[in-house]
Amino acid sequence: MIEIRRLFKRFGKNQVLKGVNLTIPAGETVVIIGRSGCGKSVLLKHIIGLIKPDSGQIFINGNEATSFSGEQMYTLRKKFGMLFQGAALFDSLTVDENVGLALKEHAELPAGKVKEIVEEKLKMVGLSGVGKLKPAELSGGMKKRVGLARAIAMDPEFILYDEPTTGLDPIMADAINDLIIDLKEKLRITSVAVTHDMVSAYKIADRIAMLYEGEIIFTGTPVETKNTDDPVVRQFIEGRETGPIQAI
Amino acid sequence: MADIGGVSLLTWNLLKALPKGILRGNLVFQQMLYMGVNSIPLVFLTSLFTGAVTSVQAAYQFSDLLSMRYLGSAVSKAVIIELGPVLTALVVTGRVGAAIAAELGTMKVTEQIDALETMALNPTEYLVVPRFVGGLIMLPVLTIFADLIAILGGLSVAMTFLDVTSHTFLTSVRSFFEMTDLWAGLTKSFAFGAIIAIIGCYQGFNTSGGAEGVGRSTTKAVVVASVLILISDYFLASLIFGT
Repeated sequence: MIEIRRLFKRFGKNQVLKGVNLTIPAGETVVIIGRSGCGKSVLLKHIIGLIKPDSGQIFINGNEATSFSGEQMYTLRKKFGMLFQGAALFDSLTVDENVGLALKEHAELPAGKVKEIVEEKLKMVGLSGVGKLKPAELSGGMKKRVGLARAIAMDPEFILYDEPTTGLDPIMADAINDLIIDLKEKLRITSVAVTHDMVSAYKIADRIAMLYEGEIIFTGTPVETKNTDDPVVRQFIEGRETGPIQAI
Repeated sequence: MADIGGVSLLTWNLLKALPKGILRGNLVFQQMLYMGVNSIPLVFLTSLFTGAVTSVQAAYQFSDLLSMRYLGSAVSKAVIIELGPVLTALVVTGRVGAAIAAELGTMKVTEQIDALETMALNPTEYLVVPRFVGGLIMLPVLTIFADLIAILGGLSVAMTFLDVTSHTFLTSVRSFFEMTDLWAGLTKSFAFGAIIAIIGCYQGFNTSGGAEGVGRSTTKAVVVASVLILISDYFLASLIFGT
């Protein structure tokens, strides 16, 4: 379980997070929605310790991660996988090496076993026979899927998805959504996804939370989200220019 | 001021990560190959002409004042103490320092460095240490190579245009050669190797703003490292030669 309590973060004069409270129960997928630049990715990076908060706490399985030392944080991160918006594959490594890097570094497995796991993970994301290619030779959708295979390589307890479907065609986006659901069902992973793609949010979420002006202003199931009366959430999910949220 | 703090912090993290990072032999070897072996053609060309021009300039300054018997020592002293280490460092800064900043800068803006962190891999250990060790080992090696080629360049000019025989030139080199000079040059090149790697990595890690930011970091890495090389050259020379 991940618990975020009164998280504040400022960049220069811009107060991005203004006391975020959010709980992500074990085995569930929580999708954080909100406008571009509202701080969704910043919130996600706080969970895995890439950004330190100005104040507030994050508890991972009851342990306060925000007070962890560097070494403790590295140990904690072995329980996490993260899919980045642009996949963030290592350019200098092949697909196989990208997916197998964490295993090679942390799992102390023989090379043959690593290869076997890499093949299995690539198969799970529907990719076979691309292991020897470099990321530059892959399409956007393939990169995302390799990123996903890399994120699940260590059989993580938690996965963080940063805009998993952004920049993909609707069919590929749906395939990624199915993969995320599959992973949750097969591996019982606790997931946090940030997106502004409502089709994806409705499909993969157990609960949806909306981040607006630095705070979580709404949480609910996809059905509750669709039926909410909150004018801010309604404007966002309906994609209307007019309403309480300033479009420009 | 922020940059001084940032570089100091990176250096501190580098020293902490050094014992583990140095064990990544494969990555260190890759960097040694890239920084050292692949720089050989460029260093060869610049050193050859540096030696040649030193020979021409020394001969012009000797004119009627000194015998050409001393030409070899003038060239070799200038090359071993000063020109070899400094010019090699400046050439390697342009080639390798820029490449380090561009590569790490691109990794930063495409979140690859964040990805390393999320995979519980320390970017300092994984990226900075191999480049630092590579620079530390290969710059002195390249400097020795540059010294030899520059002396060869000086010799070629002396034989071809200045009527100095190879025997006279090389005897002069040998008679005035002092081990202290070579150590002084190599000590400087150790420091320059460290400067190139640390400044390149620092600028790369602090890149923001997409492709434009990568360009900015690359330029800054070359400019800052070049200036630091020349400043530290003065202080190291003062320290070593005690003036």
